[in-house]
Amino acid sequence: MNSTQQKKLLEAFIEIIRKTSTELPKDVIESVRKGHGAEDKGSRGDYALGIIQKNIDLAKLKSQPLCQDTGSILFYIHYPKKLEHDAVAKVIRKAVVAATKKGYLRQNSVDSITGKNSGTNVGPGSPTLHLEPWSKDVFEVRLMLKGGGCENVGVQYSLPDGRIGAGRDLAGVKKCILDAVYQAQGKGCGPGILGVTIGGDRATGYLTSKEQFLRKLGDRNPDPVLAKLEDECLVEANQLGIGPMGFGGKTTLLGVKVGVLNRLPASFFVSVSYMCWAFRRQGATVTSKGEIKKWLY
Amino acid sequence: MIELTAPLNEEKVRSLKVGDMVELSGIVYTGRDAVHKWLHEGNTPPMSFKDGVIYHCGPVVLKKGAKWVVTAAGPTTSIREEPYQAGIIERLGVRAVIGKGGMGEKTRQACQKFGCVYLHAIGGAAQVLAEAIKEVEDVFGYEQFGSPEAIWQLRVEKFPAVVTIDAHGNSLHKDMEAASSAKLAELYTQIKK
Repeated sequence: MNSTQQKKLLEAFIEIIRKTSTELPKDVIESVRKGHGAEDKGSRGDYALGIIQKNIDLAKLKSQPLCQDTGSILFYIHYPKKLEHDAVAKVIRKAVVAATKKGYLRQNSVDSITGKNSGTNVGPGSPTLHLEPWSKDVFEVRLMLKGGGCENVGVQYSLPDGRIGAGRDLAGVKKCILDAVYQAQGKGCGPGILGVTIGGDRATGYLTSKEQFLRKLGDRNPDPVLAKLEDECLVEANQLGIGPMGFGGKTTLLGVKVGVLNRLPASFFVSVSYMCWAFRRQGATVTSKGEIKKWLY
Repeated sequence: MIELTAPLNEEKVRSLKVGDMVELSGIVYTGRDAVHKWLHEGNTPPMSFKDGVIYHCGPVVLKKGAKWVVTAAGPTTSIREEPYQAGIIERLGVRAVIGKGGMGEKTRQACQKFGCVYLHAIGGAAQVLAEAIKEVEDVFGYEQFGSPEAIWQLRVEKFPAVVTIDAHGNSLHKDMEAASSAKLAELYTQIKK
């Protein structure tokens, strides 16, 4: 990678971070708007979603972080295989440091032993880079910023679960999903979106549950069994009445996305990740020279 | 909409009820995980929290020239401070706690006993809430706690929030949990194998 290419790529990555932190993707904005329409006028849910919509507009206008918790920085990237992995990783880390200085990202990476904040968002585990080489001569970059409030209400069940009476079948899975929404109450900044994995191990379960968030809210799961489960869980979770921010109301969730992995005979995990309404997800194709060609969401 | 001005007094705080929508003006102090642990350990902040407002918030603050400017400042999840909050309300005479997601039984009881309310701000609404912050007056513990965890003394105007725990023993969170628990049990009985 020559220095011009490095410079252009750095600029492209900073722009992707800026846009992710300050502008919600269209599918999420549309879903929030619909949720707002469903709440009774003058209710607390209506009030919360009114402020939320105002905030979405204001963040874009001011080009400032939609939410002050700019969260875990999760990159999912395909890069041209002729480039070196380490060189690509280095540019991204540089972009994260620069975006933090510019205030698009909060100083959000803390040493777990000493409690010291790196101040740059770079440190062990931050940013999280899923980097895969491919044969195309372009980058496909996806970025999610996932705040701590919603991350903390994620939960993993190991079936059978006696507490909620969930066995190793789809009925059991559904109980887990509804229980996760109930346990979260308003703490995850609802209305939320669930990413769920049935199966896998403890690590791949959570990993795949987060990858569900890369799907657009309006998409249809190609697996009819999972599509049905997603639809039913969304309708039933919204009957819990928890509502925006836990204030009560009709819109508790905006979406449920479920993936599936094989499991060991001994294990049956259901991993649930919760995403807040401030669902910061963007993506772009970027040429190997560092030009942003197209936004993905 | 009820207008509040901080510092608050007990009479005003006790006049508030769960569900009231308020707009707060005056001084608030940010404090989150590190500060609550530190206060719980018996430390006292250099500024008085008597009749004051604690805001569970880790803002994005940038230095522009000689001045600090808050560019994003929504609430953080309050329940993490549940082990500490009641003791801090009692010892330091706090009259209002702003946060999101609600708090538990100990805090509800402390609000009732000592005359304090929990004001629920809209989580994630960092820009709308930053607009209500007019000035950074001071900061304490910037080095010790790091920027998001420091105590920022902020002057706010018409900061919007909803009373979800009042000083009469009521909690919207407790009510909502009970109602959704009953609904969950009902949904469970309808799930077919």
